[in-house]
Order: sequence, then C-alpha cells, then structure tokens
Amino acid sequence: MANTSAQPSPKTYLVGLVLALMLTAFPFALVVWGSLPRMQILLVIAIAAVIQVLVHLRFFLHLDLTHTPRENLLAIAFAALLICIMMGGSFWIMFDLNHRMM
Amino acid sequence: MLGKLSIDALPFYSWVAMGGAAVTVFGALGVFALVTWLGQWRYLWDEWLTSVDHKRIGIMYIVLALVMLLRGFVDAIMMRAQQAFALDSQGYLPPDHFDQIFSSHGTIMIFFMAMPFLTGLINIVVPQQIGARDVAFPFLNSVSLWLTAAGTGLVMASLVIGVFSTAGWTGYPPYSGIKYSPDVGVDYWIWALLVSGMGSTLTGINFAVTILKRRAPGMKLMRMPLFTWTAFCANILMIFAFPALTVACTMLALDRVLGMHFFTNDAGGNMMNYANLFWIWGHPEVYILVLPAFGVFSEVVATFSRKRLFGYHSLVYATAAIALLSFTVWLHHFFTMGSSANVNAFFGIATMVIAVPTGVKIFDWLFTMFRGRIEFSAPMYWTLGFIVTFVIGGVTGVLLALPPVDYVMHNTTFLVAHFHNMIIPGALFGYLAGYMYWFPKAFGFTLDERWGIRSFWCWIVGFYLAFMPLYVLGFMGMPRRMEQYNVPEWQPLLIVASLGAVVILLGIVCLVVQLVVSIHNRLEARDLAGDPWDGRTLEWMTSSPPAPYNFAIIPQVESRDAFIEMKRRGTAYSHPQQYTDIQMPKNAMAGVFIGGFAFLLGFAVVWHIWWLAVVALLGIFAAITGRAFNDDTEFVIPASEVEKIETERHRKLAIARKHYGHDDQTPVADPFPGGAA
Repeated sequence: MANTSAQPSPKTYLVGLVLALMLTAFPFALVVWGSLPRMQILLVIAIAAVIQVLVHLRFFLHLDLTHTPRENLLAIAFAALLICIMMGGSFWIMFDLNHRMM
Repeated sequence: MLGKLSIDALPFYSWVAMGGAAVTVFGALGVFALVTWLGQWRYLWDEWLTSVDHKRIGIMYIVLALVMLLRGFVDAIMMRAQQAFALDSQGYLPPDHFDQIFSSHGTIMIFFMAMPFLTGLINIVVPQQIGARDVAFPFLNSVSLWLTAAGTGLVMASLVIGVFSTAGWTGYPPYSGIKYSPDVGVDYWIWALLVSGMGSTLTGINFAVTILKRRAPGMKLMRMPLFTWTAFCANILMIFAFPALTVACTMLALDRVLGMHFFTNDAGGNMMNYANLFWIWGHPEVYILVLPAFGVFSEVVATFSRKRLFGYHSLVYATAAIALLSFTVWLHHFFTMGSSANVNAFFGIATMVIAVPTGVKIFDWLFTMFRGRIEFSAPMYWTLGFIVTFVIGGVTGVLLALPPVDYVMHNTTFLVAHFHNMIIPGALFGYLAGYMYWFPKAFGFTLDERWGIRSFWCWIVGFYLAFMPLYVLGFMGMPRRMEQYNVPEWQPLLIVASLGAVVILLGIVCLVVQLVVSIHNRLEARDLAGDPWDGRTLEWMTSSPPAPYNFAIIPQVESRDAFIEMKRRGTAYSHPQQYTDIQMPKNAMAGVFIGGFAFLLGFAVVWHIWWLAVVALLGIFAAITGRAFNDDTEFVIPASEVEKIETERHRKLAIARKHYGHDDQTPVADPFPGGAA
C-alpha cells in the first residue's frame, strides 16, 4: 500500500479517470439540468475544477506528500502560489472594477 | 483562394512605406544573392540553420537581435524626425503610418530585439558556465529559435504585404478589435507575438531544466555564477508569464476572426480584462529583459574589478525576490483604469517594494568595485553607464508608482522617458556589455576596445539627449504618440530629442565599425587561451570558440568562481589520463520546418487563407511526428577525435602562455584574495 504512488498501476489510472470524468460530468449536468442560481453554479464549477487538478496531480502525475522529492513539491507549491497571485489578483481587480461601474 | 490578399496589400499609400518595403525586399534578396554567389548554402544549412549546438543557436539569436535593433532604431529615428518637424504641420508621415511606426518600434524592440538578444546570450553562456556539454533539450532549442525567427518574419512581412498594427505595442481593445481595426495590422501583431511567444516559453522550460539538471558535479545552487542565477530566474518568469500573453492574444484573435466577444464593448465582453491579462505577462516581461542584464553586469564588474563579487548571497536573494515580486505589481500599468483606492494603493506599494532588492544590487556592484583594481574595458564602460543612468530611471519609476502622480503623468512622454530610461541602460547596455564580454568566447578573437568605448559614449550621450527632454515634455503635458501638435514650446525640446537619436545612430555606426575593424584585425586579436579577461567562471575554461562538446572532461566544481579557483591551484588546464567518447546531438531539419510552417500559419490566418492554414498546421504536425519517430538523433565523437582537438587546444594554450606570460602553474594574482565580501 505504501508503494502505490511510487509504482503506478492500471488501477490508479482508472480511479483517476473515473474521478476526473465525474468531476467533469457533474458541473456539466448542473449547467444543463440544474436550477441553482448562476453564481452558485459558477462556484461549483470552480471547485470541481480545482479538485480535478488535484486528482490529476495525484493519480496521473503520482504526486504525494511522502514519496515525491521535496524540490518537486516546492516547484508545484511555487506554481500554485503564482496561480493564486494571478487569479486572485485578477478577480480582485475585475470585481472591484465591476463594482465601481455599477 | 487568397483570402483577403490582393494587389492592394502592397504599400503604395506612402513613399516612406514603399521605401521600407524596398529596403526589406532588396535586403533579403541581397543576402540571398550573396550566399548564392559565395556558394555557401550547403555550409549555411548544415553548419548553422539546422544546428542544435547551443553556441551556434545563440549566435543566430544575436544576429537576429542586432538586425532587428537596426530595424527598431530606424522606426525610432523616424518618429523623432517627425515630431521635430510636426509643429502645426503634417510632417512627412501620414498619421496612419506614424501609428504603425510606434507600434512596430515597441513590438520589435521588446519581442524581436531584446528577447532574442538575451536568449542568445543565455544560450552561448549558461551551458558553459555550469560545465555542461549542451542544453537539456537541444532540438527544442532549435525549435525555439525558428519560432522566434518566424515571428520576426511576420513583422517584416507586414512592411511589404499589408500594414502593421496601429494599436501600439500593447494592442489594447476595443481599438484593436475588428470594429475599429478592420485591416490586417493587428492580426500581424497577434500572430508575431503568438508564434515567437511560444518559442520563448519553450526556451524558458529548456533552460530552467538545463540549469537544474545539467550542472557539473559539485556546482551547488549557491555556487552558480550570477549570470546563471539571473538567467534561471528569467526562465522561470518566461515559463509562468508567457502563457498569460498567449491567452490574451488568442482571445483577441478569437474576437477578431471568429466574432467572439471577450474584449468587446457589447455582448458581455470586458476590454479591461485584456489590460489585466496583458500586464500579468507584461510586468514579469520587464524583469525577463532586465534580470539577465543584471547577471551580465555582475560578471563584468567582478571580472574587471579583479575581485570576488560583493554580497553574492544578497544578489541571489535579491534576484529571486525581484522574480517573485514582479508578479505582484502588474496593475501599476493601468492605475488610471479606475480601480478603487485600495487596489491602486496595494499595487503602488508593491511597486515601491520592488525597488528595494534592485537597490541592494546597485550597492553590491558598487561595493564590488570599491577598492578593486578596476580595468576600464568596454564592457565595464557599459556597466558604469548603466549604474548611473538606471538609478535615475528607478527614481522616476518610484515616482510613477504613486497612483496620484500616475494620474497626472500617465500617457505623457514622461512615461516614455521613464521606461526607456529603464530598458535602454537596464537591458540593452547589459546585452551590449555581454556581447563585448563574451564575443571572444563565441568567435575566438576580441572586439576592438576603442570602437566599443566610442560606441558607449555615443549611446550614453545620445540617450540623455534623447530622453531627458521627454521628461520635461511630460511635465509640460505632452501626450505620447503624437503625430503632430500645436504647442510651440514643445518644439525645441523635441529637436534636442531628435539630435539625441542622431547621436545614438552614431553609436550604432560605431558598433558596426567595431565589428568590421575587429574582423579585419582578428589575427592580432586572437584569443588563444580562451580566457582573454582572466575570467572567474567556467565558460572561460573552454577554448575560444569552444569545441562542439565544450568540455572534454566535465569539470569538478569545488567553489564559487570555480575557474579562477582552479587557476589559483594550478589545476585549470590539466591533461587527463585519457579521453572518452562523447555523445552529442545530431543536427535536425525539423526545427527549421516547424518555424517555416509557423510563419505560413500566421501569414495564412492574417489574410484568411484557410487552406494554407490547414496545410501549415499539417506541416507542423508532420514535422513533429517525423521527429518523434526518429530514434537516430545522436552521434559519437570518438575519443581519438577528442584527443586531436584537445591536443591542438593545448598547443594554442602553450603559445598563449609564451606570448602573454599567462602561466597557470603560478597562481594568478588577485589583489584581494578572498575578496572584501
């Protein structure tokens, strides 16, 4: 069990595939058939997307906190930081502008 | 069949544009004819165009950069001439043409002068500085070069066929949208950026991996030379910043070609998001340009002060801090877009914070020179000119970082003066210093010092003449990008500025003369030892020009400034017991084809020639697939051949020692062993 991430098996890929499909299908279904308010749908899509990124990292790129070399984790953390800065900053700037245009 | 392309695309709208087209066409034909006349096509193709050797790719990048420096400078001096005359008159350029010129000047200088120049320097130097034989992905390197060349080709093609963008180098919508810019200019701009931007992203990945994975044994991160450090940080910035540009340009292209509305005024579009996305790339880009130049200055200042670099750690941390902070300031490019005070204040403060690590670097260079045995070589002149001039630009930058001041100054020539004051000394002077510093490494002979120093004086005097008046004009309220004006007080200053451009022209002439004189005197200026400046870092350990494999034996690194340490201990040029076979990558044609098809793809989409776009895409796909199925991509240089090359190398070294008294058996004198740091 300890080695599942170090040595990927077809099973991990399949689990990853099923999870990724579900995380795609669910927001899709929500858009087509769901009746939530617009803002909540967008939020669900965003959360499902982030979870799917994590699924990809875990099941397809075999990343985990114990086996992956520390510098790889650092690189991912750095990427995550930059993405947070870019996206968070963009949201802040654009929502702020939107608010002032109201 | 030909989409929107027709005979009307030829530039008969102004005699100046026709002149530009003629120079482009006849220049290309001239080069073509010259190579044919010399019968050198086979040599050019085999040894250069299809080469995957990082040194040759680097040289080709720099040739591209120098050619585009000329093109970009012609644009600049045309604008200066227009503004010097255009008081209450049309001048000699119609407005639409003037707009194309300022757009192409910015686009070319950033994407097709500065980017190839720094990429070329990184290519030539970094693998040698870290003791590697090549980059991590040599073929990818060739693809990057040819994508950059394809982008350049698109900009040059716009001179002859059709027009270039009139939307400035930033291409803000809605003006750059299809409604206000229905001609092909913006499309040329978009595709030149998309194609060359892809090349830059790949370069970033290639060199980040090279620096992380290909360092010689013993070269820990904190033993890397500073140029390698700054190149590394710039590569990380390329990897993370360029996708933002790709996304912004792709969305703009979708708006224009497929009628989407990401950035339109109506149908839910938001043009402000374009400015946001563009500058998420744009501000890190400034540091992509400037960090490698900082690296050059660090190498030059240590070498020619004959001292260890002062505050190596602080320089590394300052570089890393700048790299991270450069992602947190992008809104200062559009303070006036109307964000609330909190947003503007946050980005204003972040902008001021970034001046701190930059200031740390300035002091480190000054302290490196302090009590050093300074040698006033040409690269050192550029460095000193940079330090003085860059500080002025930095101060005006901190001024502009105050949102209320920015509200007053934005869109004036004050801003133009500010960013030229950063990029000309901060980037271009650095590249020119690097060009003169590493030229002997690339070609085996040193450049003429006198003409290099003359060029420096022309550049720096010309710079002050050209841009200090623009600061004043900015205070007087002159907007940037004016084709004509009616304020008589502006004209004297604009005339001074245009004289400055003429002095810079002299500086460029000096650069050309320097090259010609140096080639003429190349036998006297031969660099037999491969170490003309008594260098400190590993790239000076190889011969000049280096063997294809750089190092016959991969050096063992024991300390920072590894090479001067080896010279001190007398181990720099030792003969190994025996040589071994060396495996090297084979030349590849696929890179040229991918670049060629990328050019066709861009051209086809610009003119809506859809069949050609499909053909080009299939061509790219075929080239990549063919390459992927090719398993025979390496060849072996046998040990005997290596031995032959190295014996010749040691013979030259012996001559050099006899001539110049360099004898690595006795320790090389260092005025401050251990340095003051």
